[in-house]
Amino acid sequence: MTDTLTVLNPMGYPPKVTPKPLAPRLSTLDGKTIYLVDCRFDDSDVFLGQMQAWFREHMPAVTTVMKRISSVYLQDDPTTWEEIKARAHAAIIGVGH
Amino acid sequence: MTIEAKYGVPVVAMHTDKFDRVAASVARVNGMPGLRQVFVPQPIMGKTAAQLRAYVDGTDPITGRPVMQEVVEGLTRPIANAEGVEYDRSTPRLVPADTAENLEQLFLESHWTDGLPVVLPTEARVEAMLAATKRKRDEVVGRMRSTHFREYWEYTVEKVAVNAVMAGARPAYFPVILALAATGVTARSSSSSAMAAMAVVNGPVRAEIGMNAGIGAMGPYNHANATIGRAYGLLSQNGQGGSIPGLSYMGNQGNSYAYNSLTFAENEERSPWTPFHTEHGLRAGDSAVSVFSGVRSTAFTLGLPAKHWREHVGHMLRGMDPHGPPTLLLDPIAARQFVDRGGFTTKDALADWLYDTARMRASEYWDYQLIQNYIYPRATFGEEPWAGKLKAAPDERVPMFKRDDIHVVVVGGESNGYWRIMGCNYQKTVAVDEWR
Repeated sequence: MTDTLTVLNPMGYPPKVTPKPLAPRLSTLDGKTIYLVDCRFDDSDVFLGQMQAWFREHMPAVTTVMKRISSVYLQDDPTTWEEIKARAHAAIIGVGH
Repeated sequence: MTIEAKYGVPVVAMHTDKFDRVAASVARVNGMPGLRQVFVPQPIMGKTAAQLRAYVDGTDPITGRPVMQEVVEGLTRPIANAEGVEYDRSTPRLVPADTAENLEQLFLESHWTDGLPVVLPTEARVEAMLAATKRKRDEVVGRMRSTHFREYWEYTVEKVAVNAVMAGARPAYFPVILALAATGVTARSSSSSAMAAMAVVNGPVRAEIGMNAGIGAMGPYNHANATIGRAYGLLSQNGQGGSIPGLSYMGNQGNSYAYNSLTFAENEERSPWTPFHTEHGLRAGDSAVSVFSGVRSTAFTLGLPAKHWREHVGHMLRGMDPHGPPTLLLDPIAARQFVDRGGFTTKDALADWLYDTARMRASEYWDYQLIQNYIYPRATFGEEPWAGKLKAAPDERVPMFKRDDIHVVVVGGESNGYWRIMGCNYQKTVAVDEWR
């Protein structure tokens, strides 16, 4: 019979996962304002500029606003989030890497 | 996720395709597995507007569906009930009993190792490690996470002991390993820049446990240096909940310094200056560990030739990425040359000179990608010392680094005067004696 060993698990202790609700979705984007939020990483602003052009060409009833976050993506940005809540119906944020 | 959960605004998050598993994992552990995420090809960096327009017009490489169709649907498709879930995760104290061979394979396949064989953490071995500290086994030592977006995991004295055993460390090293764990600074950052950590040990504990500050101090030649640093790395990857390529580790090239987190003792006895830990709130008679993160770039040379040493050092500094500030790792011979040639009777005096020497044209400085990503946004919102650099003319030579980010450590055995600059970020110093 082969000897067996009992050993300890090296993994740390994770926090409990608690659900966070998604915001209600829009029935249509027509007539709505969408913020294109540049997280200021690499050339995200150039990419979002092209997405803005796509909306102009394909969904002209949508208003898009380019918005850069206030600092680096590592920091929370409540000022920008408050602006989005006040002025936008939805947001597209990018580009995560 | 904050905009969705806290502000109630529907969001689509855009990512590059290399990060699909990371993005899904982060959303899940933040309680938002249904977060609407759309992917485009990697890279974004350096692509022309026309190339990026092709990304917009193209398909999501993960799903194969049109990118803009997914974006529009992400903002309009109703939410299913199951898109936010709650669940408990737990870590069992013991691994089911098995043969040594099978357990070694299990540890490897579970990504609990650094790919090298480990010492299996039997209860007897862990008990022996725990006997080297007065701290209770269930005391929480600290918490870590691999990146800003992930959740913190925490670890106890016993968990640190388990990882110390796995690394092959002796119980006498355990207080140093606990102090490293108490920093809360991970040695397994998930950054795509492939960071490693560096740990410098000061004070009497160096001699007590036989650490090396001399010949080969930063190489694989000393049991304490090797296994303390390895334990720090294993504790980091396991204590924070993992470091798995493509999922929770994204370093594009990896970093071989991570095998032992570049752990060594400062050569206080042969240094012309004060020990590193005394610059950070501790006394010379205290034992301490100091940790640095973001270890990536290096430059090296031999000594300081009389005629052009200033120019040589200047070239080395300008060869560093300006987002990775310099810590000089000086053999005592090179340290004394800095005293003799430059009159730097303190580390501070040398750091002042390095700060003033490390300059480049403002237009070049601002063109560095990492400066664009991490410094330019802060500068535009008035944060100093960077805001002032924005006012510089394109050809004005501006400092590359913050003065406080420049450090000096003496290490080496005087077999020659070779020395190097390590690009890295000093994080903190923790007393070892509190963990005995």
